[in-house]
Amino acid sequence: MNTEVYLRVCKSDMRVPYDNLKTIIYRMKFKNKILGAAALLSALLSGTTNAQVGKPFIHDPSSVIESDGKYYTFGTGSGGLVSDDGWVWNSGGVRPGGGVAPDVIKIGDRYYVSYARGARKQHASDVLVMWTKTLDPKSPDFGYKDETLVASSNGDDDCEAIDPAFLLDPTDGRLWLSYGTYFGFIRLVELDPKTGKRVEGNKAINIAIDCEATAMIYRDGWYYLLGTHGTCCDGANSTYNIVVGRSKKVTGPYMDNMGRSMMEGGGKLVVAAYGRVNGPGHFGRTVVADGVEKMSCHYEADLDQGGRSVLGILPLLWKNGWPVAGENFKEGTYEIESERRGYALELVVDFVRMSGGMRGFGRNTDEPVKPVASQELADVIKTWPEGKINVRIGDYMFRPHQKWTITAAPNAGGYLGAPYYKIVIAGTDRALAATAEGEVVTVPAFTGAPEQLWRIDQLTDGTYRIMPKIVPNSKEQLVLVSSGDSTPTLAPFDMNSDNSKWNFRAH
Amino acid sequence: MNMKHKTLFLAISSLILLGLESGGYTAAQTSNNVAIAKSDTARTIAPYFTQATTKKMTPDAKGFIQRWLLLDPINKPNRGNTVFTDSYLRTNFSTEYFPNQFTVVPKNGDKVKVGEQELTWHALESSLYNVKLFRFAYGLRKQIYGVIFWAVTVVNSPQEMKNVRMAVGSNSASMWWLNGKEAVLLSGDRRMVVDDCLSPCLTLNKGKNIIRGVVINGPGMSDFCVRFLDDKGQPIKNLTITYE
Repeated sequence: MNTEVYLRVCKSDMRVPYDNLKTIIYRMKFKNKILGAAALLSALLSGTTNAQVGKPFIHDPSSVIESDGKYYTFGTGSGGLVSDDGWVWNSGGVRPGGGVAPDVIKIGDRYYVSYARGARKQHASDVLVMWTKTLDPKSPDFGYKDETLVASSNGDDDCEAIDPAFLLDPTDGRLWLSYGTYFGFIRLVELDPKTGKRVEGNKAINIAIDCEATAMIYRDGWYYLLGTHGTCCDGANSTYNIVVGRSKKVTGPYMDNMGRSMMEGGGKLVVAAYGRVNGPGHFGRTVVADGVEKMSCHYEADLDQGGRSVLGILPLLWKNGWPVAGENFKEGTYEIESERRGYALELVVDFVRMSGGMRGFGRNTDEPVKPVASQELADVIKTWPEGKINVRIGDYMFRPHQKWTITAAPNAGGYLGAPYYKIVIAGTDRALAATAEGEVVTVPAFTGAPEQLWRIDQLTDGTYRIMPKIVPNSKEQLVLVSSGDSTPTLAPFDMNSDNSKWNFRAH
Repeated sequence: MNMKHKTLFLAISSLILLGLESGGYTAAQTSNNVAIAKSDTARTIAPYFTQATTKKMTPDAKGFIQRWLLLDPINKPNRGNTVFTDSYLRTNFSTEYFPNQFTVVPKNGDKVKVGEQELTWHALESSLYNVKLFRFAYGLRKQIYGVIFWAVTVVNSPQEMKNVRMAVGSNSASMWWLNGKEAVLLSGDRRMVVDDCLSPCLTLNKGKNIIRGVVINGPGMSDFCVRFLDDKGQPIKNLTITYE
């Protein structure tokens, strides 16, 4: 593995001018291509898949963006990743100019791409913006135009002009670009959203220190500045982590949850290392739907993928007005609990009494205490019908008809950030499925049919949305809901209703 | 360090030297609560430091101590900052680089010899809440990466103050002493964050109190900020700061 190409050792302000050392340009060049299907399958089936699958190898990724039905993200170097479904990623994005750490935004019919290119001497760098009408390199409309310089550092500035990130202010349509790294200040400039050029006369504003790879987002009256802290580019030892501050004004000051300015190094943690991935950096936000948000990043190292830097996509949660990374769904056996009542999704089968009835009052308390065995699948499965069995929602009694094993469906693809799952009664192949009538049942065996594939998104409040890949004979996108306390069905998702929300409880 | 890393380090070092051909700075100015960035090209410490005077000086509005004696950087090559483990720091911060380094309160212009280096103490006042060591070294055309900085100041307290804490942020690792006793160690590859690490409860003596710090850095920016907090976590500002 050609790890020596990492010049961004330990601190990004050690970046080396590209024109001085082209052969070891700051970018990833992977010679090692040993990661095979077995490793991927292992990661998929382990229940601990944290990053994307395919060849999601990237460093300093841009925000993830859709174009012509595909997802794209661009990284350091000249290329990028593309995905048909948001789960399986491979190289394929095209971005000229090389350089580092691009960002992308769509405004009108244009995709603006910004990136930084080293210039003249150390810490001297230019931030450029260009646009194209599509990101699909096979489209006749593809082609970057009007590359323009929007910010720069001369090497002596207390700032290094790299790591640009766009914010289109939804309140007034103004376009902003943050940039900078550990080498001095993070700065903010204003661009013309019609051209991508710097607004004439605009002066850069210092908005933070101690960061690199900033990103800006807006939500509910707050502007959020996200930055990456920690050590970059040291593989499994990289301590990159993403922090955030917020402000009522786009120009700052950005304060953390302790009231500490990001000009003082403040920042509230959004995500750090977890599982077997470390060094998350380069935040990007994707709003999928009301209540369904994702954040993209790279992990400096995914230990399940050779310690390489890979693309990561996580649910983005909001807690008390602060963004925080959620968790990708973990395979396992769960109670599926309705947020509406707190009841559990279960098969419509006869309740089978188990031993352990109530002791009579006044019994001898000195009698030995003996555990009562839990009811097992074998105790009840012969009482269940063999064909389709409907589902309902009932009070959880840790019984076999209430326990669901959820695993990634093999070779079924996925959606933004995760694979499709199959949901079966634990210990069986009996699978949850959507019906053409817009209801939900279980079928005796999982076949991989699309109505048996389920999309599980953690919502911004931490609960989950459970959604079939398709509803047979329907183009509607429906989700599993509680139509009554005890009755599930499929219906359009409503973030404002607990009917649409579920929790997975491991007991 | 293997051969690849040696070669890489040499390449980086060469480029760093190339990067020292000319200098400049950017200072932040506050206008309508917005920090307008300003770009300059002069290589000097001027926007970040002024020569210390004997005028009465108190901590700034947030309690940060801005008057310091700073020693020219000591050469201490480190390719990266993740080596700054607690044990590494204790070993290297207990090493004697110059005579009386744990007791001396130097005067402006005093010189010490560290190996082949002849280094000078500078009595300075930071124009910012933090002390930008990178800009100190850069402005004085000294070594900027792979360095150790020593800092000393004297805080005068109008009365004995118990249950105070020294609050430090530093880039990168550092160790701090109050009146000769270790107060706080900041280990690892750190960024300077206000109130990053706090000492255990300390007592500020009535009269003079000597603060001594040492900051180590491999590549990248280097700075620190120091203030004292009272038992309610509020900054202590009724101090005066001298450098002798």
